[in-house]
Amino acid sequence: MNFNLSDDIQFLKENVRDFVQTEVEAVAHRIEKENQIPERIIEMSKDMGLFGLSIPKQYGWLGIGMIGKCALYEEVGATHNGYTTLIGAHTGIGSVGIVELGTSEQKEKYLPDLASGKKIGAFALTEPSAGSNASNLKTTAVKKGNHYVLNGTKHYITNATEADIFTVMAVTNPHKGAKGITSFIVEKDFPGFHVGAVERKMGLRGSHSAEIILEDCEVPVENVLGEEGQGYVNALKILANGRAGLAARNLGSCQKLLDLSMQYAQEREQFQVPIIEHQAVGHMISEMAVEIEALRSFTYRVACMVDEGKRVIKEAAMLKLYGSEVYNRVADKAVQIHGGMGYISDYPIERFYRDARITRIYEGTSGIQKNIITGQLKKEYS
Amino acid sequence: MNIYVLMKRTFDTEEKIVIEDGRIDEEGAEFIINPYDEYAIEEAIQLRDEHGGEITVVTIGGEDAEKQLRTALAMGADKSVLINVEDDVEESDQFTTVKILEAFFEDKEYDMILAGNVAIDQASGQIGPRLAESLDIPCVTTITNLEVDGDKAKIERDVEGDVEKIEVSTPVLVTCQQGLNEPRYPSLPGIMKAKKKPLEELELDDLDLDEDDVEPKTKTIDVFLPPEKEAGKILEGEIDDQVNELVGLLRNEAKVI
Ligand SMILES: Cc1cc2nc3c(=O)[nH]c(=O)nc-3n(C[C@H](O)[C@H](O)[C@H](O)COP(=O)(O)OP(=O)(O)OC[C@H]3O[C@@H](n4cnc5c(N)ncnc54)[C@H](O)[C@@H]3O)c2cc1C
Ligand SMILES: Cc1cc2nc3c(=O)[nH]c(=O)nc-3n(C[C@H](O)[C@H](O)[C@H](O)COP(=O)(O)OP(=O)(O)OC[C@H]3O[C@@H](n4cnc5c(N)ncnc54)[C@H](O)[C@@H]3O)c2cc1C
Repeated sequence: MNFNLSDDIQFLKENVRDFVQTEVEAVAHRIEKENQIPERIIEMSKDMGLFGLSIPKQYGWLGIGMIGKCALYEEVGATHNGYTTLIGAHTGIGSVGIVELGTSEQKEKYLPDLASGKKIGAFALTEPSAGSNASNLKTTAVKKGNHYVLNGTKHYITNATEADIFTVMAVTNPHKGAKGITSFIVEKDFPGFHVGAVERKMGLRGSHSAEIILEDCEVPVENVLGEEGQGYVNALKILANGRAGLAARNLGSCQKLLDLSMQYAQEREQFQVPIIEHQAVGHMISEMAVEIEALRSFTYRVACMVDEGKRVIKEAAMLKLYGSEVYNRVADKAVQIHGGMGYISDYPIERFYRDARITRIYEGTSGIQKNIITGQLKKEYS
Repeated sequence: MNIYVLMKRTFDTEEKIVIEDGRIDEEGAEFIINPYDEYAIEEAIQLRDEHGGEITVVTIGGEDAEKQLRTALAMGADKSVLINVEDDVEESDQFTTVKILEAFFEDKEYDMILAGNVAIDQASGQIGPRLAESLDIPCVTTITNLEVDGDKAKIERDVEGDVEKIEVSTPVLVTCQQGLNEPRYPSLPGIMKAKKKPLEELELDDLDLDEDDVEPKTKTIDVFLPPEKEAGKILEGEIDDQVNELVGLLRNEAKVI
């Protein structure tokens, strides 16, 4: 296993860093205030190709594998997490379903526009009754001629207000439980598709999560994604695939917090010395650094396994769990090191602290990751 | 259209400059494309996209400059040339650079040469005009707008806050200034494609030059950092007294009047 990034990936990474640290950082405060990512930044990100990170080579895109993707996600994570989430949800759970499970017609039709960012992607699984218990869906899909008719409500769907193309899970056979779920590619312009209320939330400003209401929404049969009845398995696959990417974005945020904390602890003086000279502060910094290094190794190890085509259900769950928990601990320490300033909204630290919190909840809560890990271990030891 | 861009690899302006043994210490410093040259590259891309043709980016430097050439290719340039003087040139000045470029352009056909208005490291602003002089083509400096129509170019340039409008015939050399355009970031697919674009490497020999031909005409006597800023002085008391004191200070201490 080689942890060194190739020169190509390194060069791509530097260019993403340059863009993110120059352009996105410059508007981070504005995103927070206006709850909106400036159109110019979104357009520049599209021009750079950041919306196409998951799209394979044969559709004209990078084809850099999971390691390459994680390297770039690290940079995308090192700034306002609302921006990170817009890109992450689009390139992750919003695109990966079609990439992994789509027919060649579906890929031809949707991937080029998803790659360029002309169309934005989203993933709609969660419902009021189906959170952690994601198979408890109430949204139904009934086949009528060459259409399925979808009815139901999804909530907390990231990018719902921006997206054009949704991967939607619905029940096609209510008697079969998890095996009665099917996934669909739903376009926002299909009749009967509506975006409902937009949530107000603790953080991730600039990223919007909203309700989706399907009212006799007509979806052509050719838009079934994967096989009928495989929707739940598909959803789990898409989520599992996204986990290394999410960890990489968390890693980027953690590194940014370490950078900011190091800079501050060396400049800020109390009791006549830079505060890093106080052992309590120095130790917080070293603990952050150790966990970040461990997260980095773990992230690239799992990415490497993905690129080698290995099964990573347990490892991906471990990584999602660890990455989110580390991010929260690092953010907590960063606030502490910054003292009062860490709590004040003119500085970025408290924003990361709030934004870190969601990573333990979405794409499967920490509790659910632990269930997956235990389940896999039980299989290994039986 | 045959377009050439002159590019220099320079210190990142955000870097702290350290002087050691009378030279600027480059150890660990970040290097970038000279920001004014980025305007030149961007303008070249826009010209090429509008009129067709080919862009060649030329730099003089060492092996390290390959990275900046790759970036220019990733932005959209078609070809690049590194004139590698690492082994041949110890000391150089603007004469050296222009002499080498003159030799390079001797057998080239060009409609437009774009350069930065100035390089942010040594800031001489001489390369563009001196090269145009050597090649015997018109030169317009600090341009803020450029339109090409057949063998004519309509140019706007910045003159101390005013705009001067100029029409010249091509081939022409222009030097680019802030306000001309907004240089793009290289796209990720562009970076991957750039790997396959040509990067030609030349040495003095290839240009029929030897070290003596390019020996600098100037000599650097000393390199030093500007003196550290001292805290300002705040005068107090009656206005008349303050004015008297100020005049006294300007005369006796600052010695400016
Ligand atoms: C900002 C945001 C963005 C989101 N984006 C999307 C999106 O794009 N697409 C999408 O489909 N969904 C999205 N979600 C939904 C998200 O995935 C769910 O909120 C999450 O899976 C948890 O479900 P829940 O909110 O219903 O909580 P619940 O499932 O009700 O969980 C509540 C608590 O109970 C625990 N718990 C539940 N069951 C178990 C168990 N069996 N064992 C142990 N503990 C358990 C959980 O760990 C948690 O601590 C988003 C949510 C938010 C807040
Ligand atoms: C919302 C808010 C309300 C406030 N209200 C008031 C108020 O009403 N009145 C008031 O007077 N103040 C108030 N404060 C100020 C607050 O008490 C200070 O912010 C706090 O004491 C920390 O000081 P500091 O921010 O300067 O951080 P610093 O003192 O710079 O601390 C930075 C970090 O260094 C550590 N550190 C510093 N010295 C040492 C040491 N010797 N050993 C180990 N670690 C060290 C700290 O523990 C901290 O982690 C408020 C602050 C906030 C954010």
